[in-house]
Amino acid sequence: MIDLWLILIFIILLLIEGFYCVVATYNLLRVLIGLEILIKAATLFVIAAGYVSGNMALAQAMVITVIVIEVVVVVIAAGIILGFFSEYDSLNVRNARNMKG
Amino acid sequence: MEIMVLLLIMMVLAALWAVMTSLLLRSAIALALTSVILTVIMYRMGAPLAAVFELSVCAGLISVVFISVISLTHRLPLKEYLARRQSRIMRFWPLPVILIIAGVALILIKNPLGAISPVSAGAQDVRAVMWNLRQLDLFGQIMILLAGVFGVLILFKGYKHD
Repeated sequence: MIDLWLILIFIILLLIEGFYCVVATYNLLRVLIGLEILIKAATLFVIAAGYVSGNMALAQAMVITVIVIEVVVVVIAAGIILGFFSEYDSLNVRNARNMKG
Repeated sequence: MEIMVLLLIMMVLAALWAVMTSLLLRSAIALALTSVILTVIMYRMGAPLAAVFELSVCAGLISVVFISVISLTHRLPLKEYLARRQSRIMRFWPLPVILIIAGVALILIKNPLGAISPVSAGAQDVRAVMWNLRQLDLFGQIMILLAGVFGVLILFKGYKHD
């Protein structure tokens, strides 16, 4: 039997890592990496919830949906980051202050 | 149970490596490693289909996207890189300390959830759930994929005009 509280502890640690990465970095790619870690924590939580509730089929369906959304978010964000790089020749998020609007 | 704890520790360490390392390529590889360990965890918890998706898409496709983006950018000059590396170390050294403190504090807290044993609901087939119960999710997925394709087309169209 898997202890849910133990898994929750590790999910919280992953969330801390992801949030810290998003907040502390100035590199746009690292922001995306932090977002990925946050999504992985959420995925693990959905699977743990499905395991505990005994409804693993629904949890798997949810996780597949999350993965599809994750891929699209990463691909679009990568395209935006490349556009940003071609404009400013840097991935530093502080350059975004120079944008219009 | 011990293997699961070991896997969870490895996953947190791999994610920590992804956050802490100064090279972006190593960071992408560490992220793929995190996905692989998550795949093993999912498989052990009884979610093989989601585990296969995680392995093929998150550890495979997303790593390819990351490495492509990294290869399309260029390195900083050595002097600037060393200066930024020093500032990175200053910004990121608290993270392992925070993780250790949070981990120890959470382990010391008495389990507030109590003993939860898995409910053995009727074994449903994931295919039946996806196609019969969650049809709207599938439409949503198709719409999001189409939005992604159009997004990429528009982004690269902009490149061509530049």
